[in-house]
Amino acid sequence: MRDQRLWTWQIAAGGLVLLLLGAHMTVMHLDALVGAFNPAGGRPIDWANVVARGRTVTFFVGYVLLLGAALVHGLIGLRGILLELGPPADLGRALNGLLLVAGAGLFVLGTWAAWASFLLSRGS
Amino acid sequence: MATTEVVLRIRRFDPSSGGPPRWEDVPVSLAPGMTVLDALRWIKEGPSPTLTWRSSCRMGVCGSCGMFINGRPRLACNTQMADLHSTIVSVAPLPDFPIIRDLVPDLARMFDSHAALAPYLIRGDREEQERPTREYRQTPEEMERYLQFSYCIKCGCCLSACPTYATDPAYSGPMPLAQAQRYNADGRDGGFAARAAVLAGSRGPWRCHYAGECSRVCPKGVDPARAIQLLRRDLVLGALGLRRLRRPAPVVEAPRETRRRPDIPEAPTPSVTRV
Repeated sequence: MRDQRLWTWQIAAGGLVLLLLGAHMTVMHLDALVGAFNPAGGRPIDWANVVARGRTVTFFVGYVLLLGAALVHGLIGLRGILLELGPPADLGRALNGLLLVAGAGLFVLGTWAAWASFLLSRGS
Repeated sequence: MATTEVVLRIRRFDPSSGGPPRWEDVPVSLAPGMTVLDALRWIKEGPSPTLTWRSSCRMGVCGSCGMFINGRPRLACNTQMADLHSTIVSVAPLPDFPIIRDLVPDLARMFDSHAALAPYLIRGDREEQERPTREYRQTPEEMERYLQFSYCIKCGCCLSACPTYATDPAYSGPMPLAQAQRYNADGRDGGFAARAAVLAGSRGPWRCHYAGECSRVCPKGVDPARAIQLLRRDLVLGALGLRRLRRPAPVVEAPRETRRRPDIPEAPTPSVTRV
């Protein structure tokens, strides 16, 4: 049951990554068309533009969703690759736990960074 | 100029000797239409009488003579020596299976996986299945949904070409999964839930990387890679409650008003009658 559930989550997360990564690429590389996301002018990676985007709820939510989806998609994929090496059952269970903890930790860290950026830009 | 003599490089293994597998080179004179199986038979009747392999029908139907010929899983009986365009033809047992002797692989894992996925019609009317009185209704369109998967002869070529089957001892492999899809897609079957309970775990199609080698090497033109993708779709939709539920096809009277086309000869009298 777990294999089917994980595969379904991985595919769903992959779809979300595709969508959000597409939005990210659009903002980063098609700034001539979507200049509204870069209100300070100049390049999309200029500090002023990054801060301007980071203070909006839409981008904050988008960052957290992208982070979560990328972690789910990537770590389930990594788990599949590692389990194909045929580890003993105990090591496989330990691997599941390790990946779960690593994923949760990275998600908390990334969410905190996005939240701090959101608050920082609000305060500036 | 066509090659008239080739060397058959055969993987030999005798478990009673205690030694590792070895290669044996045997020169073979090509004859018109000679298959790899013909060459093996010639060798067994001549220079290497102890050479062992598994074969039966000699016409690509029984699936017994799957071998690793020139680095590719093939049926020895429908591989023409001339088509290999090689002066040295290597013949080894199918990879990723234990070797019993010489070219004979132990296919127990394949058949165990196959049996675990219930490759038969699952219905409530057991009596009707065992002693049919009428027919199960099925349209040609319904038959098309599984027909190509039913051409599988269980030769094991797809499994020995599958990179996931080679590394993952729990993975069922292309043939058993394609057969699970074959029965799931059959309108006469009602065993989707029973199979899904097994397929949702590590025996299921989830670790397929879609390398596609199973479909490439299949000697019968079956497309197990497609079956696996269809199986995944159906299982996920089923788990989400989005798969259209259907009852197994009902039993109906056999058509009575059929007439034989005049250009089709009448069937001969059955040589075997039911007791």
